[in-house]
Amino acid sequence: MKVLVGVKRVVDYAVKIRIKADKSAVETASVKMSMNPFCEIAVEEAVRMKEKKIADEVIAVSIGPKQAQETIRTALAMGADRGVHITTDARTDQEVQPLAVAKVLAALVEQEQPGMVVLGKQAIDDDSNQTGQMLAGLLDWPQATFANEVTVADDKASVQVVREIDGGLQTLSAPLPAVVTADLRLNQPRYATLPNIMKAKKKKIAKHKAADFGVDLASTVEVVSVEDPPVRQAGQK
Amino acid sequence: MAHQRLPLKIGHLRQYLALINTGSGCLHRTVSFYTQVHAKYCPIQYQSSRRFGLLSRSMQKEDPELTSVRYNVQRGNFARISSEDVAVFEKLLPGRVIADPEELVGYNTDWLRMCRGNSQLLLRPKTTEEISEIIKYCNARNLAVMPQGGNTGLVGGSVPVFDEIIISTSLMNKIISVDEISGTLVCQAGCVLEALNTHLSDLGLMMPLDLGAKGSCQIGGNISTNAGGLRLMRYGSLHGSVLGLEVVQADGTVLDCLSTLRKDNTGYDLKQLFIGSEGTLGIVTSVSILCPRKPQSINLAILGVSNFENCLKALKEAKGMLGEILSAFEFMDSPCIDLVKANLQLTNPISDMPFYVLIETAGSNGTHDEEKLNLFLEKVLGEGIVEDGTVATDSTKIQSIWAIRERLAEALLHDGYVYKYDISLPLANFYDLVIDMRERVNDIATRTVAYGHLGDGNLHLNITSPTYDHELLEKIEPFIYEWTSRYNGSISAEHGLGFKKKDFIHFSKTKKAVELMQQIKVMMDPKGILNPYKMLPDKYGD
Repeated sequence: MKVLVGVKRVVDYAVKIRIKADKSAVETASVKMSMNPFCEIAVEEAVRMKEKKIADEVIAVSIGPKQAQETIRTALAMGADRGVHITTDARTDQEVQPLAVAKVLAALVEQEQPGMVVLGKQAIDDDSNQTGQMLAGLLDWPQATFANEVTVADDKASVQVVREIDGGLQTLSAPLPAVVTADLRLNQPRYATLPNIMKAKKKKIAKHKAADFGVDLASTVEVVSVEDPPVRQAGQK
Repeated sequence: MAHQRLPLKIGHLRQYLALINTGSGCLHRTVSFYTQVHAKYCPIQYQSSRRFGLLSRSMQKEDPELTSVRYNVQRGNFARISSEDVAVFEKLLPGRVIADPEELVGYNTDWLRMCRGNSQLLLRPKTTEEISEIIKYCNARNLAVMPQGGNTGLVGGSVPVFDEIIISTSLMNKIISVDEISGTLVCQAGCVLEALNTHLSDLGLMMPLDLGAKGSCQIGGNISTNAGGLRLMRYGSLHGSVLGLEVVQADGTVLDCLSTLRKDNTGYDLKQLFIGSEGTLGIVTSVSILCPRKPQSINLAILGVSNFENCLKALKEAKGMLGEILSAFEFMDSPCIDLVKANLQLTNPISDMPFYVLIETAGSNGTHDEEKLNLFLEKVLGEGIVEDGTVATDSTKIQSIWAIRERLAEALLHDGYVYKYDISLPLANFYDLVIDMRERVNDIATRTVAYGHLGDGNLHLNITSPTYDHELLEKIEPFIYEWTSRYNGSISAEHGLGFKKKDFIHFSKTKKAVELMQQIKVMMDPKGILNPYKMLPDKYGD
C-alpha cells in the first residue's frame, strides 16, 4: 500500500522566536528553518513500514514556498520515495489554515489512493492540532491521533494504534485506509545516511499549485496582532 | 493537559536524560530537544538536570588522595591562616567568606577527581577592588592564594595543593558592555562561557571559543589558560581575540590594560603575558574580547573513515573545498564510540567504522554553504575517502552529534581513573603514538581512546583504569613525553601545565626559555603567592 506523509517547514525548534517590528507575524527572514519535529516522526514511521514491507511506497508532501523543497528532500533522504510540493507564497505559519491544508491533502488522497496518511500531531509554529482530524472528516476515514504505537494487521485491512491521552494510553483498532497523527514517543527519527542523502537528490518532486486541486489557500482568518507574552515580573522576596 | 505521569519506554527515558545531561559535569547546559518539546507538549514530572549535573561527584564514593600526599610535595614557606586573617576577610567580604570544610571539598577537588587540596578558606569577591584588597593583604602577610574560575581544568591547576586561599571569581559575572558593530564584549572574569554565548546570540554575535565545559567554565579561566577548544581553527587562539585585560598583580596593583581597540601598537603588549600564564603572574578580573558574528547557517557532518590516512585526505579536501566556511574538524577513533555507547548510552548515528571525522561548516548563506558541502561530500564519498556518514542541518541533530564528541571526557570518567594527555604532533606521525601506546598498555589498561582537533594537529590521548594504578602510570610516563619530544611536539597543546605537567616542561621548551620564564615570575611575584606549585618547575629537567 502507499503511505502519504505530510511534512511542514517550520522555524527550527531551538531558535529563539522573535516578533516582527510591525507585530504582524513571527520573524522568519534569515531564521533557521527545519522539518517540524512531529512530521519527522511521521516520516520515520512511514519509512519503517516500508522496511517491514507493509508499505511499498512512501510519498512526502509539503505546502510552502520554494524552500519547502529542502524539507521534502530531507524526507526523501530518510527513505521516502517521491515528493509532492504544493507551492504557495502565503505564510504557512498563520495564513495557510489547517482546513485548507486538509482540503489539499484530501484531493491528493483521491489522486494517489494511499492506504494510510501519517501526519505529525501538530506543527510547532501554529500548534493547531487540526489538520489530521479535519482530513479524516473530509475523507470520512477513521482517525487515530497522538499515536504512540502503530501496528498494521497482517492482512493490511486494519491498524491498531495506541494513543496517548490525558488519562493514560488508549488502544484503538481502525479499518484501513485511515489517518494517523504521530506523537512524540512514536519513534526516534533516524539520521539520513550520506549515500541516502546523495540518492535523495535524484528522487522526483512533483510541483503543483493548490488551484490544481481546486483548493483556495486564502485565509479565512485575519491575524490582528502577534505579540510577545508579557515580561516575567520578579516574585516576592 | 493535566500533569500526569505517562508511561515512558525505558529506552526513551534514558535517551532523554542522556540528552539532558550534556556537558562535562556542568549544571546549566542547554536543554535538549526531547526535554523542551516534552515540557511544552506533554508536561510530565521527570528528574531535573541538577541531579545529573553533579555526575562526577556521585561517581566515586571516596574523595581522591590529597595531591600533596600522592605526589609528595613540599609546602612552600608561606604563612598559615589565622583567625585575625579570617576576620579581616569577613570585614572585606561580608557573608562571602566560606570556611566550612564540607562546603570546601568541591572547591578543593578538580573535575577529574584526581587532585585534591586542603584549603581552609574560600573567598568570593564581587569586584576588582575587592580582589585588589585581598591580594594586597595576602602579599603583606605572605599568604598563598589560588584563583579559581569554573574549576573545569584538566591538569590540576584550578585547585589548591596545600592550604592556599581560594579566590573564586564566580560572583564576578557582570557583562559590562557589548558593541554590536565592532563585536567587542567587555565583561568580568567570572562570566560563564555559555551565558556569554546566550547573551551575545541575541545580538547576532558569538564567543570566539567553544569547549565541552562551556556550561561551567568562566572566561577569566579560559583566558588564563589560553583555552583552545573546538573552533580554534576558525577563530584563532585567545592570544588573537582578546583585546584587553584588567589584571590584579601580586602586590594588589590593578593593572588596567582593558582596551577595546582592535589595533594598538603602543609599547609591550602586556596582556599577552597573562593569557595562558594560569594565574601565576596575575589574576584576570575583567576581559575585553572580540566576538565574531554568529553564523546564519551551520551544518554538521559526521563521516566514517576506514583508516587514518583517509582522515588526513578528508582534512585536505575539507580545507580546499570548504575553506572559508570550515569551522571545526574533529576526529575520533572507534574506541571512542564504544566508550560513549557503553558509558553514556549514546547511539552511533552511522555504522561502526575505525575512524570518524566531524566536520562543521558555519557561514552567512545557507544555500551557498550547502552547495559547497554537497560538492565536498560527493567528492570524498565518490573517491572512497569516506565510506559512510550523515549530515545534520537542524539544531536537535547537530546537538546530538556534537554531544558524542563533547561528552567524551565525561564518558571517560565513568571508567574510573583517567590518564589524560593533550599532545600537539605533526600530522604525519599523529596516530602512530596511539598505536605504540595501545600496544604498551593494553594488558593493564581498561581502554585507550584517541580523539582531538585534527584540524589543529592536537591529539587527546586518554587511557583508563578502574582505580589509580601506579604501574600503569609508569608505563605511560615518561614514554609519552619522550615520544612527543622526539617529533618536536608539545606535551600540552591546550590544557596547560597546571600541577600535573609542570615538571615535564623541558620536553617542549629549552632550558634558557624556562629560565627566562622563572625570572619573569620572580619579578612579577617575588613572594610567589599567586597560584604556587603550578606551571613552572622548581628545577629544570628534573
